[in-house]
Amino acid sequence: MIKYVFRRILQMIPVFIGVTVLLFILRAPGVLPGDPVRMITGERPISDALREQIIKKHALDQPLHKQYYIYVTNLLKGDLGESYQRRTSVVDIFADKFPNTLRLALAAIVIEIIVGIAAGIISAVRQYSFSDVFVTLSTSVLVSVPVFWLGMLLQIFFGIRLKEWTGGAVFLPMSQMSSSQFPDWVHLILPAITLASVSTAYVARIMRSQMLEAMGQDYIRTAEAKGLTRRAVIFRHALKNALIPVVTFVGIDFGVMMSGAILTETVFSWPGVGREIFLAVGQRDWPVVMGGVIIIVVIVMIINLLVDLSYAVLDPRIRYGGAQE
Amino acid sequence: MSPATRRAASALEIDEVAGSTTRTLWGDAFRRLRRNKLAIAGLVWITIVVVLTISADIWVPPLFGDPLTVRTAPGESLQAPSFTHPFGTDKLGRDVFSRVVYGARVSLTVGIIAVSISLVIGLILGALSGYYGGFIDALVMRSADVFFAFPYILFAIALIAVLGPSYRNVFIAIGILGWPSIARVFRSSILSVKENEYVDAARAMGASDLRIMFRHIMPNAVAPIIVYGTMSIGGAIITEAALSFLGMGVQPPTPSWGLMLSDAKSLMFRAPWLTIWPGFAILTTVLAFVLMGDGMRDALDVKMKD
Repeated sequence: MIKYVFRRILQMIPVFIGVTVLLFILRAPGVLPGDPVRMITGERPISDALREQIIKKHALDQPLHKQYYIYVTNLLKGDLGESYQRRTSVVDIFADKFPNTLRLALAAIVIEIIVGIAAGIISAVRQYSFSDVFVTLSTSVLVSVPVFWLGMLLQIFFGIRLKEWTGGAVFLPMSQMSSSQFPDWVHLILPAITLASVSTAYVARIMRSQMLEAMGQDYIRTAEAKGLTRRAVIFRHALKNALIPVVTFVGIDFGVMMSGAILTETVFSWPGVGREIFLAVGQRDWPVVMGGVIIIVVIVMIINLLVDLSYAVLDPRIRYGGAQE
Repeated sequence: MSPATRRAASALEIDEVAGSTTRTLWGDAFRRLRRNKLAIAGLVWITIVVVLTISADIWVPPLFGDPLTVRTAPGESLQAPSFTHPFGTDKLGRDVFSRVVYGARVSLTVGIIAVSISLVIGLILGALSGYYGGFIDALVMRSADVFFAFPYILFAIALIAVLGPSYRNVFIAIGILGWPSIARVFRSSILSVKENEYVDAARAMGASDLRIMFRHIMPNAVAPIIVYGTMSIGGAIITEAALSFLGMGVQPPTPSWGLMLSDAKSLMFRAPWLTIWPGFAILTTVLAFVLMGDGMRDALDVKMKD
């Protein structure tokens, strides 16, 4: 097992180097056409002395491999540079926003797991029934819905129309700012549903196909033959085996949600990492944009590693298979 | 009937009989696809959208007004849907229906060009990787891993941040980001096709690598790519809308569905029709491609991981 962990971490190194090289090429002033100093100062005219100072400060006069070396060592030290617009460090900016994104992602994951798995089981157990067709159709629709549009529709319906129709008695607040008469978690509902929508559809699809496959196995027939109730067969035998790929998907999806949240957070004005990146794009504040991207990439890599490792713990075939290569 | 014509007629009959019993992979697949009502619905919708879009210049401006003409006279802006403006007007008095129809042009163009770019890069790299294996394979697949390490939409934003937001750069970015999945799918189908004996036979007869690749492997490895490509067009359309929504895509005043939703955001409650129709257009068009892709996957019997 230790060998497997070690191997898996070693595999991450080339990916990490590749990612940093790519981001370096994208962010480093001077690699792509265009005046690097302009990218930092914007359109306002600057004196030659200030220009010199900026070049010195960002090591723009150094050869590329040196610049890359400086970039990576700073990165490993946890220094992502400074915002062009606000004179604060990029790390500080995101440290503030991160808990909000995490909260939203966790809420979405809970919805995804409960609704997705339940829908998948129902539609597999009653294959070709009305509920199966309904689940299959609605998952196709859900994966085709642009999340930001869904977020807007939910706000129009639950935030405005419902409030009008019920005279303000029943409605869901649309963002943290909209009202304070609700407990904190109520603000999470609409953004979390929005963020969870596409993933829930995927979970339901995977769950359905895995359940169908599991239900066709010999051990299910054995379990039925020895007189177990249908409930016991489904939950104790089929579900256990069908869950593994779902768990993997949910794990990886957690990482994706951190970034997918950029649309949801923008639509709901949710003060998280994604919205910060969106605002930085609008202000052409590249260190913040690129810093946000790398933070999320690193988080996603770590989560994927953890998912892989937990998978290896659950399923011995993986670590032994890996050791033989 | 003279004996000669009778003979010709019966020869024709034989031909017809032979024709109807000859079954090819594609013929079978098409027959199966035809029975799939959802896939046909998708195909019909895509056809309708394409026809409406191509012919838009003829009928949209005279009936509903030009999508770009700003009308600022009092009462022109933010009109609710009516007979003259079936989807209402936006804050600049432009007809929303006309903008939705022209928006389909942007979406379909981005979808098709972006997926074509991904296909060209992905097929070449996937083929090299699957056919030659070894160092090339490792290099291509590790690069794909690097791309997969990035959350998709963020990578697109980072790329466009550098290229500059524009219509052209949107499909370049989406195209570049799409290659790793295509390369992976194509590589794995090449790996399985390559083991067939007819490939060994061709090689024994002295066929060149290129000939083996194009004549023997490609036609047998292409089914998953067709399925994947169809679904990718839907994905590219959603991504374009998302990027334009964030201000990183198509720039105003071009009518793009994502951009229209971005404008609608601040008017969501006063003028809900600005939100409803462009989103509905995205949903139905993307859904059509998803249903088509699903149908073709079943028809071609392609096994894919969800």
